[in-house]
Amino acid sequence: MKEIKIVTRDLTLHYGQKMALNSISIGIPEKEITAFIGPSGCGKSTFLRCLNRMNDLIPGVHINGEILIDGLDIYQKKIDVVNLRKKIGMVFQKSNPFAKSIFENIAYGPRINGINNMKKLTEIVERSLKNAAIWDEVKDRLHDSALGLSGGQQQRLCIARTLAVEPEIILMDEPASALDPLSTSKIEELIFELKKNYTIVIVTHNMQQAARVSDYTAFFYLGELIEHGRTRKIFTAPDIKQTEEYITGRFG
Amino acid sequence: MSIRIKNKLIGGTIVASSAFSVVLIIAVIIIILIVTIIGGKEKLSWEFLTSFPREGMMEGGIFPAIYGTALLVIIMSIAAVPFGAITAIYLSEYAHEKSWLAQTIRFAVRTLATVPSIIFGLFGLGFFIQFVGTGMDKLFLGGQLRWAQPNLLWASLTMALLTLPVVIVSVEEAIRTVPRELREASLALGATKWQTIRKVVIPGSISGIMTGTILAVSRGAGEVAPILFTGAAYSLATLPTSISDQFMNLGYHIYVMSTQSSNVDKTLPIQFATTLVLLMLTFTLNLSAVLIRSRLRRRMK
Repeated sequence: MKEIKIVTRDLTLHYGQKMALNSISIGIPEKEITAFIGPSGCGKSTFLRCLNRMNDLIPGVHINGEILIDGLDIYQKKIDVVNLRKKIGMVFQKSNPFAKSIFENIAYGPRINGINNMKKLTEIVERSLKNAAIWDEVKDRLHDSALGLSGGQQQRLCIARTLAVEPEIILMDEPASALDPLSTSKIEELIFELKKNYTIVIVTHNMQQAARVSDYTAFFYLGELIEHGRTRKIFTAPDIKQTEEYITGRFG
Repeated sequence: MSIRIKNKLIGGTIVASSAFSVVLIIAVIIIILIVTIIGGKEKLSWEFLTSFPREGMMEGGIFPAIYGTALLVIIMSIAAVPFGAITAIYLSEYAHEKSWLAQTIRFAVRTLATVPSIIFGLFGLGFFIQFVGTGMDKLFLGGQLRWAQPNLLWASLTMALLTLPVVIVSVEEAIRTVPRELREASLALGATKWQTIRKVVIPGSISGIMTGTILAVSRGAGEVAPILFTGAAYSLATLPTSISDQFMNLGYHIYVMSTQSSNVDKTLPIQFATTLVLLMLTFTLNLSAVLIRSRLRRRMK
């Protein structure tokens, strides 16, 4: 068992009066892939967005409980959200490249961190694109618009853009849900590769995907964490009946 | 009467009324164009555009009016666009939808947009000239008269107030077309809110900011009432050389020629030609605003 990177204790989240997450306590191990599964509206994406404080942007959200990353409570007042987000990258459901060139998309993060040396930027861009397994496809057109890439390429570009900031954790919110099977399998291979260096949390509604790529799986239902454990165990011998019913496709 | 016939009747009435309005509007535009072109084409020439009026405006050109109008809209834009854009950014990026400040600003913007333009003129006279101008003269010039009279600066600032709502509304609309996903992408990479606005939101809405500016300029170029008391001059022998000078203006020039000339009939061709110039100017500006905006809308889809 590896070190636990992220710990949440009794994390409860309200949208206005409505409770969206109820007392979630979980430990997410370092340099492993943890998948969050569950039917739509179960709170898995909301929970993911708590981990890099993306929910701060939504008015009316109120959070209780603790999230510790490397033992540090990220909802403490003195935490700098901007620095936190540099440490915790995020890949979104819909690929969202900027209307800039491929190069500038990747260089965006390093640039806002004050890196302006062209040689250094070029190095970072090349390394990030290679690590995101898209270098060969784009190396001859780095200065073309990123919007000209296919959906799958755009999503790998977004992953490369995240890698360029050198995070420790990467959160992925249904990163392949809008992609065709071939692009999906490329993304999955990539996620598997990335696990060597990064702690990865992936939200997916595709159970085969969770089973294929993840080491640990957490099953959410109606804002509660129902079960969490080794993926192999969750998918073969879950302890809780609801988990089994969901996994075998009886609801969701 | 069966429902089908009734529906057809209602549909037909609606189509017919719309068609009628469209035809009417187009007819009015065409008539205005034809009349001004026929009346003004004799006069319209390079010389007309580049020379001073002569013989009590009955001869010569309208260069000072074109020059004055250009200066007016330039200074007006310098004043209105930054303030308008910053307000729009505040409203869409920083203010909570329900905060009292945001609601107050929105209410003020809406109200400002409905105020008749002559009121702006009176406000400019009272506020800029009599209050600010007199104060400046007392403070800096020991009571010597310089700023407490109509001039280019006060007219431009009055016009800027008038066009501020146009700028705010169109910039805000443009900023809202920048998808939330892009802001989130930027923030998730560790960008601050201001970096996100500067590097993602503003570049993404630059065409809207341009549209707003052009619409404001076009409005400012055509309005006369706000500058009546605040800076426009009847007739000047020289071009303005400082912001504390008065200036001539296309719209005001038409008014002066048609009401104040000693021989209105003799100025008619010049009036038509001046009208044509003003129309062309505002048409071109509006057309470019429409084109930029339609490009923006296409990109949104």
